[in-house]
Amino acid sequence: MIETVGTTPATGFVREPVIPPPKPDRRLWIAGAALLLALLIPLSDQLLPGKLAFAGQLPVIFAYAFCSLGLTVVTGFTGMLHLGVIAFMAIGVYAYAIATCGIYPFQIGFWPGLMLATLTGAGAGVILGLPTMRLRGDYLAIVTLGFGEIVQDCLKNIEVVTKGTTGINPLPPPMLPGLSTTGHGYLSSYYILLGLLVLAVVVVRNLKQSRVGRAWLAIREDELAARSMGIRVARQKLAAFAVGAGLCAAGGALFAAVQKSSIEPGYYDFQSSVLVVASVIIGGLGSIRGALLGALLVFGFNGIILSKVVELLPHSTTGTNVLLNPLNWKCMMYGVVLVLMMRYRPQGILPEHGVR
Amino acid sequence: MTLTDVVVQQVITGLSNGLIISLVALGYTMVYGIIELINFAHGDLVMLGCFLALTVVGLCGFQPAVPGGLPWIAIGALLIVVPAFSAGANYAIDRLAYRPLRSAPKLTALVSAIGVSFILGNLGLFWGGIPMDVFGGGKAAASPKDFPDLLGYHNLLGESEIQLTTKDVLVFAITVPLMLGLTWFVTRTRMGTAMRACAQDPTAAALMGIDVNRVVSVTFAIGGALAGVASVVWCLYNNSFSFQMGYRVGIDAFTAAVLGGIGNLPGAVLGGIAIGLVRAFSDQWIATSWTNVMVFTVLILVLVFRPNGILGARVREKV
Repeated sequence: MIETVGTTPATGFVREPVIPPPKPDRRLWIAGAALLLALLIPLSDQLLPGKLAFAGQLPVIFAYAFCSLGLTVVTGFTGMLHLGVIAFMAIGVYAYAIATCGIYPFQIGFWPGLMLATLTGAGAGVILGLPTMRLRGDYLAIVTLGFGEIVQDCLKNIEVVTKGTTGINPLPPPMLPGLSTTGHGYLSSYYILLGLLVLAVVVVRNLKQSRVGRAWLAIREDELAARSMGIRVARQKLAAFAVGAGLCAAGGALFAAVQKSSIEPGYYDFQSSVLVVASVIIGGLGSIRGALLGALLVFGFNGIILSKVVELLPHSTTGTNVLLNPLNWKCMMYGVVLVLMMRYRPQGILPEHGVR
Repeated sequence: MTLTDVVVQQVITGLSNGLIISLVALGYTMVYGIIELINFAHGDLVMLGCFLALTVVGLCGFQPAVPGGLPWIAIGALLIVVPAFSAGANYAIDRLAYRPLRSAPKLTALVSAIGVSFILGNLGLFWGGIPMDVFGGGKAAASPKDFPDLLGYHNLLGESEIQLTTKDVLVFAITVPLMLGLTWFVTRTRMGTAMRACAQDPTAAALMGIDVNRVVSVTFAIGGALAGVASVVWCLYNNSFSFQMGYRVGIDAFTAAVLGGIGNLPGAVLGGIAIGLVRAFSDQWIATSWTNVMVFTVLILVLVFRPNGILGARVREKV
């Protein structure tokens, strides 16, 4: 019995069999229903007992969904494996923090801060992308991973600016111009982030169907063929890098705004990058719906389910038996899910529809 | 200490650490050479090997050495048990997590490897939680573990300020023959030839009657055994490890493999030594907190100017 081994070409990923897309009106219905559900979720706080209320955690997950969308552009559309996405999130976080926090002289407020962070992230993406565009798949993976480490270590070491483990805080929360920031609980963050996320989804979706997006897909399918069709591969890859990094940085700025703090540099580590990769892959690589669902599942598990379990079982984290602490099972669960997922449903929960 | 002394000292430190990294890098590069998979779990395998080494030491009651004496039995036992375990574990991981994905896209197996790495890291955390005397009694599961100093401190250069300890010599004495043996195995034996054939073209190798799956299994077992030796050497040399070391070791070793040209065995050794030296000199002259940044900066610079690594062959993409 001979299995074929390693016949996949060195660049790009072989596609799954083409799945015909459902009719457009049905997709619109599903998207509309999901959006309506998202709009109504905060009502669940009224129904659930205090300890189980979870809607307040959702803005953070929306922020992470930006990172998943960014990675969808880089890895899902263009086929470049990126293992350092969290670095761009961290760049967004710190750009926003430095531009808005009261301890620095800038204090430009939420919306300018968000834009500045997005542009800084995109710029950082170009800076990383320029020297690395000619690298093949796995070399690119390790360089992006290394870039993630470099950014994290720089944030750790330049304590004068980043305030080390204390983090930069307090930061201005998401708000609409002219409204007071207090008295809404998390609701203003929730709806602003939801609106921005919908905007990002529409932008990414339209980008995918545009000339640039089709060039990205062509590069993913076969770089050499794309080049011979007249696509400027290096330039398009750089564009994908910049868009992806900008989305991640926007997610970072929103994350910081929701948390009202930059947290600390150690938070933006390789494990977080892998969680973003996992979210995109569990959802379905290259699929926008998949990225959203993946972010909800992965970061929802992390931020909501685990923290609720710990809250409801207050003694579980204090015991000496390492097996009884649910937090100690976190990596095990992620690992098992990833391995099983790759074995039985590698295309993800909501796979990308066939590319026309 | 004069400047020359400092340089010599850092070269010794760098070489010792670099050779340990090389052992791990060999495991990465061999697997990559044949099935083009970055085996992310490899570093965590080294970590589990360290836990096994400590457990063996604890169960057998090996004691820290008196100065000058050499606990050959303990080291011998570790060098048999731990590599055997790691080889078996790596073989099992391949069978369970990677082999079913051979014909799938590359990314699939890579994600599976990341998943395995998470699982192994978590197992290390649990292993550290076993309330055993060697683990320091009630010490928390996640805290770094001390490995008893089996070799003791003994400077072979006598009163000189430069330190060339028995530990350094032990690292050389274990790793260098192993690498020579591996070279002999890959270039002179039937299995080694089959491995090189599979690395060149698995389909053609299969058509020539080579059982590719068996070759891959052997590769994983050998890579695992090397990782096991690396665990033992790591424990004897550093006398401390933690369940999170797998990531650091894995990244260093993988960087080494890429630096030398992934898939290239001498390249992996060279890359490992290069990383070891960069680390040593960066620790000495820049700052330990910037060392990781230095390693990755070197990596990026090398890849920008030689995208296939130091010894990697220039690959022309074919249609």
